[in-house]
Amino acid sequence: MDEFTPRIVAFCCSNCAAAAATIADGLQHVLPENVKIIQVPCTGRIEVLHLLKPFEEGADGVYVAGCQEDSCRYTSGISKAARRVAHVQKILEEIAIEPERIAVFNVSAGMGHAFTEIAREMTRKVREIGPIQA
Amino acid sequence: MIIAEAKPNSELLEMVSDCSKVLVVGCKGCVTVCNVGGAKEVGVLAATLKIARRRQGRTIAVDEVTLERQCDPEYVDEIKDRIGDYDAVISIACGVGPQFLSERYPSARVFPGVNTKFMGGAVAHGVWEERCAGCGQCVIHNFGGICPIARCSKSLQNGPCGGSDHGKCEISKDVDCIWDVIVRKMMSQGRLDELLKFRPPKSWTTSRDGGPRKMIREELRI
Amino acid sequence: MSEFKSGSNLEKVLRAGHFAFTGECGPPTGANVEALKKKAAYLKGMVDAVNITDNQTAVVRMPSWAASLIVMQEGVEPNFQMVCRDRNRLAAQSDVLGIYAHGIRNMLCLSGDHQKFGNHPDAKNVYDIDSMQLIHTVKTMRDEGKFLNGQDIDVPPKIFIGAASNPFAEPFEYRVHRLAKKIAAGADFVQTQCIYNMDRFREFMKQAVDMGLHEKCYILPGVTPMKSVGMALYMSRSVPGMDVPEDLIKRLRGAGKGKVAEEGIRFALEQIEEFKEMEGVAGVHLMAIEWEHRVPEIAERAGMLPRPSV
Ligand code: SF4
Ligand code: SF4
Repeated sequence: MDEFTPRIVAFCCSNCAAAAATIADGLQHVLPENVKIIQVPCTGRIEVLHLLKPFEEGADGVYVAGCQEDSCRYTSGISKAARRVAHVQKILEEIAIEPERIAVFNVSAGMGHAFTEIAREMTRKVREIGPIQA
Repeated sequence: MIIAEAKPNSELLEMVSDCSKVLVVGCKGCVTVCNVGGAKEVGVLAATLKIARRRQGRTIAVDEVTLERQCDPEYVDEIKDRIGDYDAVISIACGVGPQFLSERYPSARVFPGVNTKFMGGAVAHGVWEERCAGCGQCVIHNFGGICPIARCSKSLQNGPCGGSDHGKCEISKDVDCIWDVIVRKMMSQGRLDELLKFRPPKSWTTSRDGGPRKMIREELRI
Repeated sequence: MSEFKSGSNLEKVLRAGHFAFTGECGPPTGANVEALKKKAAYLKGMVDAVNITDNQTAVVRMPSWAASLIVMQEGVEPNFQMVCRDRNRLAAQSDVLGIYAHGIRNMLCLSGDHQKFGNHPDAKNVYDIDSMQLIHTVKTMRDEGKFLNGQDIDVPPKIFIGAASNPFAEPFEYRVHRLAKKIAAGADFVQTQCIYNMDRFREFMKQAVDMGLHEKCYILPGVTPMKSVGMALYMSRSVPGMDVPEDLIKRLRGAGKGKVAEEGIRFALEQIEEFKEMEGVAGVHLMAIEWEHRVPEIAERAGMLPRPSV
């Protein structure tokens, strides 16, 4: 049986997460191919609808990678994002979809290794849950 | 404004379970301001329905429209040419919206997408509180500009009751005793004597108890 | 002596200047007449009148009027309670006529606990009129022989009108004023919430006397003996508007195993002794909740027996 490769969309803050991605690149920590990165200037600007769209378009998992809570470039962007992720989790639950398909992670600019680790971690998790459409 | 709250998506999904083409109708009035029924929320609901159907291995076509107001026939008219295309319409305006839609379009199936809660305002971002019960005969000037009809759990006009506890209402530690607020305000303004006046029973004829309400202003009729 | 307002036993006892003693009895959560009669038997001859609660704590019970009639048949004078939660002005006035027609002469007017606490929290409440307005309504019916709408009553009900007062609910400064307002609205007698904080009650009573309220109305402080430390803690933490001083809880704790109830009764007896001497206090309202069988003993030890016949 072929192993299921989940399609995952990651919204990444260009201040920290994307910087971490660059470092990761330099360190040759390769990002898994199934994870599609969307850079955003600040995760605080990601709306609920943005987080839902990938699911509508066929993604199996979504995550937001932004700054640490206490070092957000725009003060509270990442905590706003976290509240919206929680809201999307509630929506998913209401329509009988595993809320673990969406998550939020905090990384800082220097954490290249952590950045790729998150992508792998999320892939593992969503693979375990399985595809949205059974 | 009128404050509403989204219905659980599971409930909406159940409502449209036998539909394959749905129109979600938002409203740019109150429900846009309280972030529950504007264009944004129309989009979120449409996406949610589609994701839910994807999960079920079925498809659903969901169109989106947000009217200027759903409580005004003029705007409700705007969808007259398309309403026939859908199996159902979900209105995410206050309870007035879906009723105006069903009255205007008698053959359409209209579902309410929100639970209409109360008349109030935002006391902080994401926090709304009730202020008025629409009793039809405003008396708040007798109570320091604060409404005991809507805000006292027992609508007492000669409160507070014996359950008032450290500024909280007997029904919950999370609910302020509005009579505590009224008394303190009147005391601080040195107008205690006004509170000591006996307030006779209120006439509820102007309230919902008088039957469904209607208002006609001749000078505005055409 | 001027005519009695109602001619009830309670009114006569108070008017004659005796130190009144009233009790309380909750109707059964069913049609268990025997249980009710048993409770009434404990109270008979021990008190001047017994409050019959009206779906207290918003729990459905036999109605106050029905239970009042039963205890009356058992030789106990009822003090019919009515809450505004469950009836509008039509039902309220109609019930006043009904109880009077059956010989009930005392009535306590209350707002009633919100249904959220009770066993039917999904219910719609009424609160057409509040307790203040109910007092005034009954007074208007009695003294002017008129309904709320101004229509004449064919044989007005002569009711001795009671009101409740919570001397401790916040805002404290306003409480005595609210009592004054109830008296002005028509209350003939007032029974208070259970008193435990005697310091605060003394202060409240002093204010009431300074305002001359005791001359316009009979004030009966409420006494409920503590049965256990658990009850004291519950009252202090979970009953809105209840003031249970730390000292009392300590005293009950110190009583030792098996002796807490006796200590609770002793405290109640001390309270009653003090109330007898306190200026402006016309009697005591003993709320021995589900403890009716101890009332004879408490009445005896409090020196309340025999009750005056007037
Ligand atoms: S008194 Fe009546 S109209 Fe005025 S705020 Fe209260 S409920 Fe609304
Ligand atoms: S506690 Fe205050 S707000 Fe609550 S019912 Fe009593 S008077 Fe009204």
